[in-house]
Formats: sequence, C-alpha cells, structure tokens
Amino acid sequence: MSLTISVRRRLLAGTVSALLLAGLPALAQQPPADPPAASPAPTMPAPAAPAPAATPAPAPAAAPAIPPGSPLFGRPNSESAAKLAPVAPPPIPTAAEKLPLDKLKVPAGFKVEVYASGIANARSLREGDKGTVFVGARLVDKVSAIVNKDGKRTVKVIASGLHRPNGLAFKDGTLYIAELSKISKIEKIEDNLDNPPKPTMIYDDLPKDEAHGWKFIAIGPDNMLYIPVGQPCNNCLPPDTHAQIRRIGLDGKGMEVVARGVRNTVGFDWHPTSKEMYFTDNGRDWMSEDVPEDELNRITKVGQHFGAPFCYQGNVLDAELGWGKSCSDYEKPVSLMGPHSAALGMRFNTSTKFPAKFKNTIFVARHGSWNRSKKVGGDVVAVQLDAKGNVKSVEPFMTGFLGADNNYVARPVDVLFMKDGSMLVSDDFNGAVYRVSYGK
Amino acid sequence: MRAWIVLLTLLTVSTAAPTAASAASLFEERSPMCLQCHGEKGVSETPETPSLGGMTPQFLLIQLYLFREGTRKVELMNEMAKGMTDDDLRTFSDFIAKLPPPPPPAQQGDPARMARGKALSEQNRCGFCHNPDYSGRDQMPRIRNQREDYLVKSMREYKNETRPGYEPTMIEVLRPLNDADIVELAYYLAHVR
Ligand code: HEC
Ligand code: HEC
Repeated sequence: MSLTISVRRRLLAGTVSALLLAGLPALAQQPPADPPAASPAPTMPAPAAPAPAATPAPAPAAAPAIPPGSPLFGRPNSESAAKLAPVAPPPIPTAAEKLPLDKLKVPAGFKVEVYASGIANARSLREGDKGTVFVGARLVDKVSAIVNKDGKRTVKVIASGLHRPNGLAFKDGTLYIAELSKISKIEKIEDNLDNPPKPTMIYDDLPKDEAHGWKFIAIGPDNMLYIPVGQPCNNCLPPDTHAQIRRIGLDGKGMEVVARGVRNTVGFDWHPTSKEMYFTDNGRDWMSEDVPEDELNRITKVGQHFGAPFCYQGNVLDAELGWGKSCSDYEKPVSLMGPHSAALGMRFNTSTKFPAKFKNTIFVARHGSWNRSKKVGGDVVAVQLDAKGNVKSVEPFMTGFLGADNNYVARPVDVLFMKDGSMLVSDDFNGAVYRVSYGK
Repeated sequence: MRAWIVLLTLLTVSTAAPTAASAASLFEERSPMCLQCHGEKGVSETPETPSLGGMTPQFLLIQLYLFREGTRKVELMNEMAKGMTDDDLRTFSDFIAKLPPPPPPAQQGDPARMARGKALSEQNRCGFCHNPDYSGRDQMPRIRNQREDYLVKSMREYKNETRPGYEPTMIEVLRPLNDADIVELAYYLAHVR
C-alpha cells in the first residue's frame, strides 16, 4: 500500500501535473500506477488531436471570472470548447422499427434484441418479484412498467407528475421511487398495475438542488435504502449535506452518511459474496479533455471520503479546490472508467446463463461523454475482479452506441440482471430497453 | 395581457374535444392560433408571449412536449398542446421552426445599459450555450431580440425554480445572478444588434 501511495505521489507531483500544465493529454489518461490498471484500453480512443489554437471570443481578455457555481466553471474560451454542451436526448421515444439494433454489438454467443420501446427517457431499471420491469426517467415525469402477461409485453405508465423520477428500488412487493428530493413507495405494485395507487412519501429530508440532484437508489444487503446526494454544481465546495451517499431504513428513518467526497454517483451495487458496495462516480467537467476520468469505487468502511471536489481519479488535485490538499488523504478508485465517459448504472452479474468467466463481473453502462471533443463511452463494459475484489480488467462488452461519426445513435444508462439469466440495458436517447442473452 | 386571455377563452372552447381531431385537421385548426399569439412573421406582438422565429426544432419540440405533459405549467399552452400526438408535436415544431428570426427593435438600446448587460452576459458566458450571437442551437433557444418582458419572465421563473426546464441548466446559470441582473440581461438581449 505504502509503495502504491508513494508511486502515486510521484506521479502526481511530477508527471501528471507537468503534463497537465503542458496540455499533453496522452499520459495523463493512464490510470494511477497500480491496482486500478484498468482503463478500458480497447475502447479508449486515441487522444484527441491537439485543439486548434484557441480563437479568442470577442472580448475575452476583459471577460471577468465566471462565478464558481456556474455549470461552465473552468471552461476555456476556445472554439473547440464552444462546441461542447450536454447532449439533450429527444423527449419522444424512437419508433420500434427505427431503433439502431443492428448497430449494437456483443461478444460471440450473445444476442441483443429489443425488449421494450416507447418509454421516453428510459433510465433506471428494476425487476419486480413477478417479472414486471420498472423503468425510471430523468427528463420526463413518469415511471413506467414493462408488463409480461400471457407471453405478451406491454408498457404502461404507473406514476406520473413526478419530478425527475430517476431512481428505483424494489423489495418484497414494494417499489421505491426516488425523485429529485424525495423518496416514496408503492406497496403491492405488481398486484395493482392497472390502477396503481399514488406513491406515498417515506423520506424527503433531501436538498432540492437541480444540479446532480436526480438519483439512483438501491437497497443493500443490510436492507437499507442507499441514496446519493450529488455535488450541487460542476465544481464547487459542497455544503456538508451534499457530495455523499446516505442510507435510511425502509421506513425512511435512521439516516446515516456512508460515504463522502462523492461528486455524482448514478449507479451502485453490492458484491455477491463480499457484500462490499461498489459505485460509479462522475468526474468534473472542463478541467481538460482527458482528466479527470470517471471512477469506480469500493466502500470498505462507513464514512470514507472519495476525494471530490479536492482530488479526482485518485491522483489529480483539482486546479482550484485542491490547493492545500493531498490525494493520499482520500480513498482511491478501484478503477478509472474513462474521461467524461459518464459511467452510470452498474450491476454485479448474477446470471447463471452467462459464461463462467463473467461470474461476479461488474457490468457498467457508460452513457458517453459530452465534455470531450472526441466522445468516449457509449458502451457497456465488463469489469473483472480478482479474489480480493480488486479490479483485474475492464473490457468493452456491448458497443456501438457511439457512431464512428462522433454522434450517438443510442445511450446506455442502466443494466439489470433478470431472473431468467438475461441482462437488460436501458437507452434514454431512444426511450428503449434492450435484452442481451447468451446461448439459444 | 387582456388580448390573450380573451383568445384563450375562445380557444378553450374550440379545443374542448381535441381527441377526435385527426392530425391534419388538428394542424389546420390550431396553427393559425399559434401565429395569432406568437406572430405571423415570427415576431410576437403579445405581452409576455415569446417570439418564436428562428428557434430550433429541437428546442420547440422539447417545450411543446413539456407543455403537453404539464411539466412546464402555463395553462394556455398546456391547453394548446393537449391531445397532440408525438407526430403532431413534430409537425408543429417543424412548422414553427420555419418562421424567420425576429429583427432587432427599431429603437437603439441605451448605451450604458447595453454595456452593463453585455458585461453580465460575458461574465456568465450566455453566448457559450446560446451561441455568441445568441441565435440558439440544438436544445438551447434563440434569445437574440426576444421580447424583453418575456426574457424577464422566463429568467425569473428559472431563478425561483417554477420553470425547472428540460435540463436544469438555467437554474444553475442564474444562481449567482440577482433580479437587477436579470432585468439588465433582458434589456441587452432584446436590443442587441
Ligand atoms: C393564447 C395565446 C397563445 C396561443 C394561441 C399559442 N401560444 Fe404558445 N405561448 C403563449 C405564451 C403566453 C407562452 C409563454 C409561456 C410562459 O410564460 O412561459 C407561449 C410559449 C410557447 C412556446 C415556448 C417558447 C419558449 O421560448 O419558451 C412554444 C414552443 C409555443 N408557445 C408554441 C405554440 C404553438 C405551436 C402554438 C399553436 C399550436 C401556440 N404556441 C399557441 C401563448 C400562446
Ligand atoms: C450551459 C448552457 C447555458 C448557458 C451558459 C446559458 N443558457 Fe440559457 N438556456 C439553456 C438551455 C438548455 C435552455 C432551455 C431550458 C429549458 O428547457 O427550459 C435555456 C433557456 C434560456 C432562456 C429561456 C428562453 C425561452 O425562449 O424560453 C433564457 C431567457 C436564457 N436561457 C437566457 C440565458 C442568459 C441570459 C444566459 C447568461 C446569463 C444563459 N441563458 C446562459 C442553456 C444555457
């Protein structure tokens, strides 16, 4: 461990910062020296061509400093940067026959099919006890259910008028829904799909910030509900109530903070045997094309601090907020997930149908970058762990969401292992859910 | 103000049973109304009603969708989008997107106020998303030469979070700004040439 740290220190003190200053991205893209030697190399694009000399906008010299809370904090005044803005998915789902199914590639022996379409902004996925698949949304106000009945699949809206109902969890017949600033539940939902009751609130002691306010939620092996509270900005000093993961009892009581320094996690799950929690976390925007990378983290102790907004990707101090801090004071990621790649939903493979090599493998949906000239991500990667739970490798598993022309044809958000041994993948760009299965 | 209240009353009556209308007749029935409020030539003469000329189809589609779903709450527009199918929403946004962009107002802006507005816009990088000439792109609306009263109204609504937006970007952008800043920005954007 101490070796690791000293190697990282040197990396940090020397190469990385020097490279950053020199604006040379290639090496900075390497993961920290060891455990996480797992940057998904095969999918990593070559470093973007050097940006054309910055063309100053009309009066840049005089432009006063941008306020720290701004989503554009840190953004340079260059033409290349001016091309980058979040990619807004269309609000209307793509018709089933127009889905880019033929573009989506999986390893030999696997196949992909459309599981459901017509679900605007399909995001988080959960399977009910009776086989219903629930789908959350971030930009529309609805939670949908994909209902399997008599061999036919239909989609219905089970709750609407909600504010960014991105997160879902399911336990003992009850569906839990996370809106921007409140958690509610619908009991016996699968018995009432035709006429579901309105969700009842169980917890709303949550900040109302829109920035990174939408939530992924999950119920842990301890039967507690885990709820992230993102950093309310691209890069700022968050209040004590933010940049953390909390847990509460299923009755909404007994809140406890389990992790800090979490900028914006939109996916987590627990190792099937060690029961340790792993979570994805998205790094800040506008620092550079290649740094920082998104993270995959592991919680080994309640209360650990994962660095944001002081230290990103385990070895890069933030250009503004990192002064006086040291990365060695924070937990390192177990793997880097690519710069700006938006590593979102993740699940441990629990399928008995997938080949043995994928046992306890983490599948992570990388939604794909917007804050990078040459886009990265737009795939589902397979993260292999060793017996100690450290990352051995990160390999592309399902690709093709990002076209060769640097435009998305689809964008994966969440993955879900079904009881039947298949894996579902949601796509918020087309409003669809795909099914990946192995063998016949 | 009064003009559109009267109009709305008329409209509510005429759109009472929108479900029966087929796509073609729905378009024929409602498109003249859009132009009445928003302006035949893309320039709105109606108070607190935006000019829609030069807006991108992506922005228009998103906003019409939010009106239909009731996520953006403006009763008369919720009424207008009611009963529209996804295809109707596309037809209307493509139709509106063809209107020409509004020209700058005849009256020059007061130089001192223009300078203040410009400085605020530069500091907050409004042009980064809305384009340096504020003509808009993708999901980002054209704000150049928009009606001043509507610019003030829309920014106040982001500021007090009654209009969350499709993506919550504008809430973040306006967080460091106060109401006086909003008024100056609106003045500048309305008069910019
Ligand atoms: C009775 C007047 C009226 C009619 C008729 C009307 N609108 Fe509107 N529209 C408004 C007002 C007022 C707003 C601004 C709402 C607000 O305050 O946010 C608006 C907003 C909009 C916006 C959002 C623009 C922006 O910049 O945010 C769109 C798009 C729009 N209308 C399209 C249409 C279309 C298409 C039609 C016809 C189907 C139509 N409107 C008919 C009054 C009207
Ligand atoms: C990071 C990108 C970004 C920046 C920076 C930005 N905007 Fe926006 N703006 C948007 C988006 C996206 C929308 C549409 C949001 C929605 O769905 O309502 C919008 C909407 C608006 C609207 C509503 C217009 C209408 O027709 O409804 C106004 C007015 C506006 N912006 C003004 C500004 C001003 C003034 C600034 C600078 C202080 C600014 N914006 C900076 C992205 C941005």
